[in-house]
Amino acid sequence: MSERVAVRKTYKLFIGGKFPRSESGRSYLVQSSNVSLASRKDARDAVVAARAAVKGWAGATAYNRGQILYRAAEMLEGRREQFVALGIPGDEVDAAVDRWVWYAGWADKLAQVYGGANPVAGPYFNISAPEPTGVVAVVAPERPALLGLVSVIAPAIVSGNTVVVAASATEPLAAVTLAEVLATSDLPGGVVNILTGAITETAPTLAAHMDVNAIDLTGVTDAALATDLEVKAAENLKRVLRPAPADHDWSVDPGLDRMTALLETKTVWHPKGV
Amino acid sequence: MTATTTSARSELSELGRSETALRTFLHGLPGVDQVGAEQRAAQLGTRSIKTTAKAQAIDLAIRMVDLTTLEGADTPGKVRALAAKALRPDPADPSCPHVGAVCVYPAMVPYVAEVLRGSAVHLASVATAFPSGQAPLEIKLADTRAAVAAGADEIDMVINRGAFLAGRYKEVYDEIVATKEASGDAHLKVILETGELATYDNVRRASWLAMLAGGDFIKTSTGKVPIAATMPVSLVMLEAVRDFREATGRQVGVKPAGGIKTTKDAIKYLVMVNETVGPDWLDPDWFRFGASSLLNDLLMQRTKLTTGTYSGPDYFTLD
Repeated sequence: MSERVAVRKTYKLFIGGKFPRSESGRSYLVQSSNVSLASRKDARDAVVAARAAVKGWAGATAYNRGQILYRAAEMLEGRREQFVALGIPGDEVDAAVDRWVWYAGWADKLAQVYGGANPVAGPYFNISAPEPTGVVAVVAPERPALLGLVSVIAPAIVSGNTVVVAASATEPLAAVTLAEVLATSDLPGGVVNILTGAITETAPTLAAHMDVNAIDLTGVTDAALATDLEVKAAENLKRVLRPAPADHDWSVDPGLDRMTALLETKTVWHPKGV
Repeated sequence: MTATTTSARSELSELGRSETALRTFLHGLPGVDQVGAEQRAAQLGTRSIKTTAKAQAIDLAIRMVDLTTLEGADTPGKVRALAAKALRPDPADPSCPHVGAVCVYPAMVPYVAEVLRGSAVHLASVATAFPSGQAPLEIKLADTRAAVAAGADEIDMVINRGAFLAGRYKEVYDEIVATKEASGDAHLKVILETGELATYDNVRRASWLAMLAGGDFIKTSTGKVPIAATMPVSLVMLEAVRDFREATGRQVGVKPAGGIKTTKDAIKYLVMVNETVGPDWLDPDWFRFGASSLLNDLLMQRTKLTTGTYSGPDYFTLD
């Protein structure tokens, strides 16, 4: 009997719930695996997919979103060994699962904590409710590859945003593996889109794209690039989250800022006393 | 001009006089190789059109758009807004060309005419009991005359598919001739509704029938049945207009309608026009797109080319 030939994996992009190669056909080597090198057009396609997913995801009940995210945490837990085999420390995988569950729990609590009735001087009910911003572009931190990625994706999507993530250029395997987790978690296609490759190529397209509502620059380490991206983002008044400091500790309690930064507040006045 | 072509022409013009002659001619047309047509259409869709060529293609496609709204919910306000958009598709960019025409129901023609008066944008109206065509001939003709009287200079008629599929070609022919007469100076576009014709052979026959009867344009679909314009169907129709011009010297336009939503699709069609019938047809007078959502995608792509950044649907009107 002949010796079995191993089936080697090509790490592809994650756009609209599918795993396409880069439209440009390019790839690069990471840990002796081929990883797609996303182009500007891939970024454009990802934004189209993310925009198409907003209506369904933002329109789903908060409870349903929470359930789906919890399901993603279950799948993540089940793939622990796969992440460890990619070189992610076991502790980090555990922390990533915990963080995902923690954010999942916030799905049906955000509106209560950040919305509510406002006292006004007049015969009105005045109610504020938080709503998702829309399509959020995210530059994920270079490392920690998994915990960092989870810490930027989960807070954005929990409230109903959809994201286009430019994954860590040096450690993209965890990002594509996370995409496989999400693809099997009932998460609708297009809610999370992951681009691998050079940040310098995809981020400027995302920052300038008029159909992106917010950009999270957490993973940008080059100050000049960050400035350029902020200038581009200003064109259509995107919400901007500025780069994280180089010594940021991802293992500590993340707080609520990442979730609340990507919310819009809708306030309704309703006459009463009739 | 040789004696044979002259006699061939007079023979063709005699065809409409008898059911038998018409049937013999239409069934004598060579059959369409289905696999070949689909493969050819797919192959033409693989061309890469970039940079300046793309910019030219987008502007040409915008000039070829028949901006269409054919809804029960159309109101005077909605069609006026649509007509204003036809004149200035991208208000932010004065270099953006106007579209080819606005296409509405007859009852909406007067409101559009007010807005388009004095412009180069044509006003098309569907008529003849659109979209089914299932009404008595007098009503179809009255429908047509009313649209022309209200200011339409292009009439989009539907053929009688029931009669065509039953093999009553003379009836279909006579209806087109009568509608052409009722249209007067207005251009007549003949909608074949290819989604209901079942085979490419029927599409070729219907194309010839419409051209023989005097149609100025042949149009694929109403947009009201599930299968609208497809590349292979349009290819068969383009081949028909090419062969018809060769046989008679008269040039007929083609209008694929329905289902063309993206710039990429539109450019594929333009490639197919150029490769099948040549640059003579690469003009809004001879080729049109019946579409509504296509225009916004063309405008977004145009904005990308002129500004370098991707635009979004938030920046263009919905209708």
